[in-house]
Amino acid sequence: MLSYLLRRLGLAAITIWAITLVTFVIIQLPPGDFVDAYVAQASAMGTAISAEEAHALRLLYGLDQPLWVQYVKWLGLVAHGEFGQSFEYGRPVSEVIGDRIWLTVALSLGSILVTWGLALPIGIYSAVRQYSFGDYLFTFIGFVGLAVPSFLLALIIMYVGFRYFGMNVGGLFSSEQALAPWSWAKLWDLMGHLPLPILVLSLPGIAQLVRIMRANLLDELRKPYVVTARARGLAERRVILKYPVRAALNPFASTIGYLLPFTVSGSIIVSVVLSLPTVGPLLLRSLISQDMLLGSTIILLLGILTVIGTLLSDFLLMWIDPRIRHGQH
Amino acid sequence: MAEPLKVEPILSVRDLRTHFFASEGVVRAVDGTSFDLEPGRTLGIVGESGCGKSVTARSILRIVDQPGRIVGGEILLRQAGGQVVDLVTLPVDGKAMRSIRGGEIGLVFQEPMSSLSAYHTIGNQLIEAIRLHSGLSKQAARARAIELLALVGIPRPDQRVDSYSFELSGGLRQRVMVALALAAEPRILIADEPTTALDVTTQAQILELLRRLQQERGLAVILITHDMGVIAEMADDVVVMYLGHEVEKGPVDTIFHAPSHPYTRALLRSIPNVLAKPRERLATIAGSIPHPYARPPGCPFHPRCPEAMPGVCDKGFPEETQIADRHAVACFLYGRETA
Ligand SMILES: Nc1ncnc2c1ncn2[C@@H]1O[C@H](COP(=O)(O)OP(=O)(O)O)[C@@H](O)[C@H]1O
Ligand code: SF4
Ligand SMILES: [Mg+2]
Repeated sequence: MLSYLLRRLGLAAITIWAITLVTFVIIQLPPGDFVDAYVAQASAMGTAISAEEAHALRLLYGLDQPLWVQYVKWLGLVAHGEFGQSFEYGRPVSEVIGDRIWLTVALSLGSILVTWGLALPIGIYSAVRQYSFGDYLFTFIGFVGLAVPSFLLALIIMYVGFRYFGMNVGGLFSSEQALAPWSWAKLWDLMGHLPLPILVLSLPGIAQLVRIMRANLLDELRKPYVVTARARGLAERRVILKYPVRAALNPFASTIGYLLPFTVSGSIIVSVVLSLPTVGPLLLRSLISQDMLLGSTIILLLGILTVIGTLLSDFLLMWIDPRIRHGQH
Repeated sequence: MAEPLKVEPILSVRDLRTHFFASEGVVRAVDGTSFDLEPGRTLGIVGESGCGKSVTARSILRIVDQPGRIVGGEILLRQAGGQVVDLVTLPVDGKAMRSIRGGEIGLVFQEPMSSLSAYHTIGNQLIEAIRLHSGLSKQAARARAIELLALVGIPRPDQRVDSYSFELSGGLRQRVMVALALAAEPRILIADEPTTALDVTTQAQILELLRRLQQERGLAVILITHDMGVIAEMADDVVVMYLGHEVEKGPVDTIFHAPSHPYTRALLRSIPNVLAKPRERLATIAGSIPHPYARPPGCPFHPRCPEAMPGVCDKGFPEETQIADRHAVACFLYGRETA
């Protein structure tokens, strides 16, 4: 058991290192570098930047050095908990990301909890009352949720909120609080703004999990252990909640592994539309401007989130499935 | 020796009809079955697979799966106090029916491999069943669970109680199922093909266990099987089922020594050692079981019956006839009244 844990943690560390390498290489792949993008942008705005100036910029950011040197330098910084300077913002990457990473995590965790909290009961209901009106209704809503892109949903909700309720549903803070330092009032303000984006972000996951839960539970409901539990005189509700639902839970545990990064990367467009101060829009921006250290850092953080999510879901699986715990199958 | 005096049956099934209403049509899985279970005796229900044995067992416990439904008949249970309840009239998930399920009637199921939850320890499931019907404390129920595991012959029961089913062999699992069925000390035990999925040695052990428990506790047992050998070994009385009907019933000696229904005779011919001569090829029953949606008119066995009488057997339905004391047959060879 302990050796299993250690092995998992070791693997996680190696995975994270591999992510840094791949990230760095991929970010270099588009032709040109930050200075090229910068020059192009400046000339588009009517300012010319001379070749000497460009060369000076390259020297300043170390872009003249070979890729592996840049990588090793960045890795050295990361090892010290620093992430270097953002080229575009001219400030430390950690400062540029700032609270955004925590807001992103809050949004992701909120979405996962809402996804589970809604998908579980709806999935159970749909399986136990297969082909009922409610089952058809949830199936319909589910397919709509899967088929309509989230950003469109976000736009519709924004429009409805603004047009009919006079609410400004964008952002995570009201304008008075956005720049204020953290306080109870600001936290309260955040709480009020979270539900809508969480709902928009959760919907595809809910729709997917309901389908999985329904199918799994329908399978489990036909198994002999359900009949024998019933034959012992347990009430129907208890039979279902204790036995087949438990057996159908595995996919829920597996989902955190991919829901965590999904709510970050899958939410970029939604975040842009709803102007959420998460790392998603920042990542998009850094990729466009080839702001290497900022982009690498964000992808590294996402990678770490993914690895943590996978670890968590492995441990959850071990906890709910004794066959995994006892090394069977 | 004289036949035992007629005692009041502990369970009487009267003209039970359980049908499945699927979109493809109606399956009349059980279609007019009647039998009596007497206290302290073992009633064997035998027939080829698909003839409605399991559905009969589930009907008694009122756990027939959708889209199945009991559409007629009575299931009369004589309770400890002597009063008789018709289980068909009880609400399916009501308190009365739930206290009978497991409490008065225990069920051992066909598949020991998948009849236990893999997510809960054996003790968890046993203690739950014990406390459900007794109100014992957790500790007392655990002690009782260990006793039960010892009773059904599980070695080191104090350790096994914390095992998961996947850590046990098929034979041990089936013993656990027997312990679970006995958790609330029921007076009736229904064993639905309890040995079908097991190897021969284990089969013999489980049958031995059932026989011992039956004698020690005076249980009334319904033993469901497709195996005439098991019937010969275990049953006191026999009901032979074919396509949802019982075609012959009587004491085990009568069934084996004076089988009267052509289907019973065919079943007996198809097992080794009973009516077969040495080196004779094992007989099989001609033809195959008709499709559940397309049951033949008239006597349900007539397409496969070597003695079928054209114009009679394919026209009317043979009612059950008493041909001797405690021996009844549903066949036109013994009386011609039709329904
Ligand atoms: N859930 C179900 N849906 C439809 N038909 C069923 C269902 N369960 C059993 N049946 C039908 O009932 C008949 C009797 O089945 P069963 O009692 O399981 O036979 P057996 O004698 O082998 O135990 C079969 O023809 C089967 O097709
Ligand atoms: S009624 Fe006719 S077909 Fe049916 S078993 Fe008897 S002889 Fe055979
Ligand atoms: Mg069966």
